[in-house]
Amino acid sequence: MDIGLSEEQEILKASARDFLARECPKKLVKELDESDKGYSPELWRKMAELGWMGLVFPEEYDGGGGTFLDLVVLFEEMGYNILPGPFFSTIVLGGLPILKAGSEEQKKKFLSGIATGELILTMALTEPTASYDASAIAVKASPRNSDYSLNGTKLFVADANIADYLLCVARTKETANPQEGITIFVVDAKTPGIKCTLLKTLARDKQNEVVFDNVNVAKENIVGGLDQGWPVTQDTLEKAAVAKCAEMLGGAQAALDMAVNYAKERIQFNRPIGTFQAVQHYCANMVTDVDGARYITYKAAWELSEGLPATKSVAMAKAWVGDAYQRVTILGHQIFGAIGFTMDHDMHLYYRRAKAGAIAFGNSNFHREIVAQELGL
Amino acid sequence: MDFSFTEEEEAFRKEVCDWIKKETPKRWLELDPLLWEETDESWAISREFQKKLGQKGWLAPDYPKQYGGLEMSHIKRLILAEELSYNKAPVGIETEIAVNWVGPDLLLFGSEEQKQKYALGVAKGDLVITLGYSEPNAGSDLASLQTTAVEEDDEYVINGNKIWTSYAHYADYCWLAARTDPNAPRKYDGISMFVVDMKTPGITIHPLINLMNRHSFNEVFFDNVRIPKENLVGKKNNGWYELMIALDSERSGVGYAALFYRILEELVEYAKERKCNKDPIIRQKLAEMAVEIEVSRMMCYRLAWMYSKNLHPNYEASMSLVFLSEMMRRVAQVGMDIAGPYGELEWDSKWAPLRGKIERLCLNCLSIGVGGGTNEIQRNIIAQRGLGLPRK
Ligand SMILES: Cc1cc2nc3c(=O)[nH]c(=O)nc-3n(C[C@H](O)[C@H](O)[C@H](O)COP(=O)(O)OP(=O)(O)OC[C@H]3O[C@@H](n4cnc5c(N)ncnc54)[C@H](O)[C@@H]3O)c2cc1C
Ligand SMILES: Cc1cc2nc3c(=O)[nH]c(=O)nc-3n(C[C@H](O)[C@H](O)[C@H](O)COP(=O)(O)OP(=O)(O)OC[C@H]3O[C@@H](n4cnc5c(N)ncnc54)[C@H](O)[C@@H]3O)c2cc1C
Repeated sequence: MDIGLSEEQEILKASARDFLARECPKKLVKELDESDKGYSPELWRKMAELGWMGLVFPEEYDGGGGTFLDLVVLFEEMGYNILPGPFFSTIVLGGLPILKAGSEEQKKKFLSGIATGELILTMALTEPTASYDASAIAVKASPRNSDYSLNGTKLFVADANIADYLLCVARTKETANPQEGITIFVVDAKTPGIKCTLLKTLARDKQNEVVFDNVNVAKENIVGGLDQGWPVTQDTLEKAAVAKCAEMLGGAQAALDMAVNYAKERIQFNRPIGTFQAVQHYCANMVTDVDGARYITYKAAWELSEGLPATKSVAMAKAWVGDAYQRVTILGHQIFGAIGFTMDHDMHLYYRRAKAGAIAFGNSNFHREIVAQELGL
Repeated sequence: MDFSFTEEEEAFRKEVCDWIKKETPKRWLELDPLLWEETDESWAISREFQKKLGQKGWLAPDYPKQYGGLEMSHIKRLILAEELSYNKAPVGIETEIAVNWVGPDLLLFGSEEQKQKYALGVAKGDLVITLGYSEPNAGSDLASLQTTAVEEDDEYVINGNKIWTSYAHYADYCWLAARTDPNAPRKYDGISMFVVDMKTPGITIHPLINLMNRHSFNEVFFDNVRIPKENLVGKKNNGWYELMIALDSERSGVGYAALFYRILEELVEYAKERKCNKDPIIRQKLAEMAVEIEVSRMMCYRLAWMYSKNLHPNYEASMSLVFLSEMMRRVAQVGMDIAGPYGELEWDSKWAPLRGKIERLCLNCLSIGVGGGTNEIQRNIIAQRGLGLPRK
């Protein structure tokens, strides 16, 4: 048993922290949050040059041959610094399902395209029911000549406003079991009939409504088999949940560090507020949440990385870390007092992401229900 | 990163598990006592069992071989502790106290003779040593203790009174903190550590009945108790610092979470029996407990892992204890949520589910988070030692 990072992972972590601190200062984060695009093409290019986009793809697709755990290390740092943009969508929601289920041709085109920084992808999964259950997939793909035609509305689609391609999870067959008859299509975002509307959100992440109106997509664009899309989607959701946990873990660590530093510096009543026991105990609670989140995330990430059955660990991690991150940022705000309640301050960047992260890929209630099933209840 | 155990470690786990199942008397499992709930009968069973554990070197597995241990790896120790907890082996807190609190001090600061006599005795399961720290006016503020030990010829004369002294009524020795220099400028100076034979004249034990309605702790009075000088452990007036150093080497707590795995399993089964396992609220609550228990287990694993890497935990043990103690209170409440009024029943009612464990957990959980350093003190440690927040 060794629950620490490898030497290479420590190096990756340190270099990512340096790079992001330098290239993505909070001023840029705030600019990007307020912009419609939500990312910096220049920073995107630099990240591609560092090999981050292709980190987990095999070398034959211009990747770095890294593991899912390596990616988790990177996400932790992206959460720590905050990196706005479509990295998460492109790699986890676009790249990983193609890596898992895509044809050779698709892998060549999309994985290499992602690795070199040319392509931005995302997954169009959830719909107005906002549910991650298979039964919620209602966007329909109907055969038309030798192609398919997509119709319906996807909602809360991250980064669709800037994506080159969308992985649209659509229903191709009505069956008694809702998990059957689902197919994933990789769709050019510029195809006529796609209408994308940016939603304004609490976290100022770029979520969208995407309406498919008779959108034509070729048979060759099916990722995995016809009607075989749900297991791939589920696999993607598990990885996305854990990658999001890693991001949240990093964010929680940053919020803790900021609050502790402030508590050491801010003087009231002629002494640092960090001498007051109420503040000390808040900090103790925060670090407990951060440390708790760390190992439960690592465990799930390790299982996924090793290809072990991870359903229970993933659900446990997501159920815990989303709540923990929120608790940490709420206390972080409390310790900062009024200054934390300003747009100029940085704490709210974390608080907003805690709220969004806790909801993404299923909230705590959703994941606790999975845990309940795993307990045999 | 690797969360798995080696084949050898897995084989060891099986060996331990089989051994515990073989050696644990049926009667013990019928009694199924929780912490602080011992009776004379359960005490006798657990003493017997601990001697067997001691013979195998499994009672103090990390001790050096010449003092009854096996110098066992930290990961194997974790496995051993987990299996003992999970399988409800007859190992009580008295072992924890003697092996993990007293032993490390003795090993670090005792003379060769003291190590041979007391540390080895503890590791073999032959000796029960009670902890004489707390006093009526020295709880969290232990350093303000007032029991005195005055040097007279070749003896120390002890006067004062200790309280909450667990299992003093069964103990062979008391590991005593006493003031040897009442004029020291700081209260931390002038404290010394002694081993006191409980049969020495002048010691009176007054039972205190705990919330589980059992006699587990005591008030112990020392009235001109004369002990040989060689029973001083470490340097005179240096006791506080020795205690602090030993605290760092303390290796307790890594197996605690496993006990809750067992309790959770019992609650899941009971929920099915009560047919409330489909109730979405009960499902949520049990799942929440499963998640917390996993977090707690990872905190325990982290401790074992840090020891194994020589990473010297400082605040991590405190964090693990605070989390676990507060989790225990929530687990007790979830038990009540499932059981409803049945949860209120004491163990000897024919209607009591899980041998009254829910009622007992609800009481027992109040002691965890107080004894051994309150959660407030632990949080101070986390904030000040762990995060470097200033005291002044
Ligand atoms: C929306 C909003 C509107 C406001 N409007 C006004 C206004 O109109 N006029 C005005 O004058 N002010 C206003 N304020 C300021 C408000 O009164 C202060 O924010 C508040 O008194 C706290 O002071 P602080 O922000 O400087 O935090 P600090 O005093 O620096 O506190 C920081 C942290 O330390 C803790 N802390 C400080 N001292 C202690 C202690 N002794 N024991 C334990 N913990 C301690 C605090 O509880 C807090 O968690 C407003 C604030 C807000 C958020
Ligand atoms: C079941 C059980 C078994 C025990 N066994 C033993 C034993 O074998 N030997 C032994 O010596 N002792 C034993 N103890 C005693 C135990 O060590 C003390 O109870 C503990 O140290 C707290 O002391 P106290 O009870 O006097 O509470 P106090 O110290 O009086 O504390 C009362 C409250 O004030 C809070 N408080 C105190 N100081 C601070 C502070 N600085 N900051 C914030 N809050 C503070 C505490 O956290 C607590 O909530 C046992 C206790 C229990 C419950």
